[in-house]
Amino acid sequence: MSGSATSLTDLYRQTVLSHSRHPHNRRRPQVYDLEAEGHNALCGDKIHVYLRLQDDVLADVAYEASGCAISLASASMMSDAVTGKTVEATRQSIDDFLTGLSSPQTGKLEGELAALGGVRDYPSRIRCATLPWQALCAALDAVQETVTTE
Amino acid sequence: MNSSVNHPATVETGRLLSPPGFDVEAIRRDFPILHQQINGYPLAYLDSAASTQRPIQVIDAISRYYTHDHANVHRGVHTLSHRATDIYEGARESVRSFINARSTREIVFTRGTTEAINLVAATLGQRLTAGDEILISAMEHHSNIVPWQMLCERKGTILRVAPINDQGELLFDEFEKLLGKRTRLVAITHVSNALGSVNPVREIIASAHAHGIPVLIDGAQAIAHQSVDVQALDCDFYAFSSHKMCGPTGIGALYGREALLETLPPYQGGGDMILTVSFSGTTYNELPYRLEAGTPHIAGAAGLGAAVDYLRQVGMDNIASHEAELLTYASNALSALPGLQLVGTAAHKAGVVSFNVDGIHPHDVGTVLDQHGVAIRAGHHCAMPVMERFGIPGTARASFAFYNTRAEIDQMIDALRLAIRMFA
Ligand SMILES: Cc1ncc(COP(=O)(O)O)c(C=O)c1O
Repeated sequence: MSGSATSLTDLYRQTVLSHSRHPHNRRRPQVYDLEAEGHNALCGDKIHVYLRLQDDVLADVAYEASGCAISLASASMMSDAVTGKTVEATRQSIDDFLTGLSSPQTGKLEGELAALGGVRDYPSRIRCATLPWQALCAALDAVQETVTTE
Repeated sequence: MNSSVNHPATVETGRLLSPPGFDVEAIRRDFPILHQQINGYPLAYLDSAASTQRPIQVIDAISRYYTHDHANVHRGVHTLSHRATDIYEGARESVRSFINARSTREIVFTRGTTEAINLVAATLGQRLTAGDEILISAMEHHSNIVPWQMLCERKGTILRVAPINDQGELLFDEFEKLLGKRTRLVAITHVSNALGSVNPVREIIASAHAHGIPVLIDGAQAIAHQSVDVQALDCDFYAFSSHKMCGPTGIGALYGREALLETLPPYQGGGDMILTVSFSGTTYNELPYRLEAGTPHIAGAAGLGAAVDYLRQVGMDNIASHEAELLTYASNALSALPGLQLVGTAAHKAGVVSFNVDGIHPHDVGTVLDQHGVAIRAGHHCAMPVMERFGIPGTARASFAFYNTRAEIDQMIDALRLAIRMFA
């Protein structure tokens, strides 16, 4: 078929579709230490991220979300990618992901996240992929505030 | 009329078939933008509710204006200024006759529907006091909600909202119950951009008038799709945008009943809206200039005038019946798809179909369709309270104009089938 069909399967790769059909860690946990909400007013995507910390490590990363396949897949892969990481390493992952999406030259998408690379060709969809990560970042910023006020 | 200097754009429209003939292929030839490939497919433009496309006659009118006739209006002694003024005022007359207003004093040019509504909120709103009420409906576009909320913040007025049912129809009894002693204005949409519902505006207006309450109609989604006669409707204000009726962006109009416009304070201050200015006092110009401060969008008016002439040549009744046919065809085809729900199933609808597909977010629907050349809109359509009412984040929306064809709807259905397979 035409080029467009190829590029569609590049956007909606099997990994993306399977995460979006069955997102991992999509739940509201009983206990959590940090939370933040992300909202994309343009398309109505919403995510609420919940983090549980053990010392300096993200022991549990969960979220409630409603959104398109791209944002759900991104949230699902994100939760897999950063669970068990330290706050500092998580910040690095967020940074890597955001630059990886905006500039293929300087950035690289780690592991499964590479499946989201097709988004680069769809400028209007990049925000769908970045929303969960921005919410994660906002949740971590909440910890810093608590840290600095203590 | 075709040879008039004021309406140069209509000169070439003679080849359009006049009623009762309606030749969609001939019409499509007038719209250059429709003839292109998008992502390897012929463009199927099904997003006219967001903005229509323009025929060559409108594009030519604008370019002719800038090429031959531009100068400032209402103030020059020279020939070009007279020409520009004739074009600008000629467009006002075209709009007047298009909606059957009594006088050009009743046609105020604005930037569009949004500014027209804001104009009423700012001027009529100025004399409202705390406790006065504005009555709208639950299916309004944000531009017929937010100006009233801002007025409420300024003045302590109260916004009342008439509810709708699960089909997306206004609950008329509930609406009537909300017409009270303190209701100062009813502001309601003629056609819902998110649901396609056509409101019973005549009944609404008659009922409000029985209580002595003026009515503003948001005509953004009606003006290019059915004939509008403001005298027959008996509305007090009617707001619409040029870009939704085949004209340029950046211009629109507010119709206002003259006796009511006369009572309004000025909107913005500046040139054109005054007669004399001195530091001991300023006297204001007459209608409609009193409400149009500053150099207006003259080229926009040239284009809007040409758009009105074009729509009249096609014939508003032809347009309405062609679009009604497309609506039925699309609604049937969509309903036959597995897992597809129409959102907005009013008995009386215009050419707008909102829908959701099980397990596929509207945004993903929009992307898949775009990859097949089909332009639709996905999201909340600037009507978030409507989405909240139906408990959904958004919809995919196809909307039709008189230049659309069944083949374009088939193209959308084929792409939707593929989306359903892909996400299943
Ligand atoms: C029903 C309705 N009202 C108002 C508007 C606002 O029109 P504009 O943005 O041209 O001012 C729109 C545009 O989408 C609309 O559909």
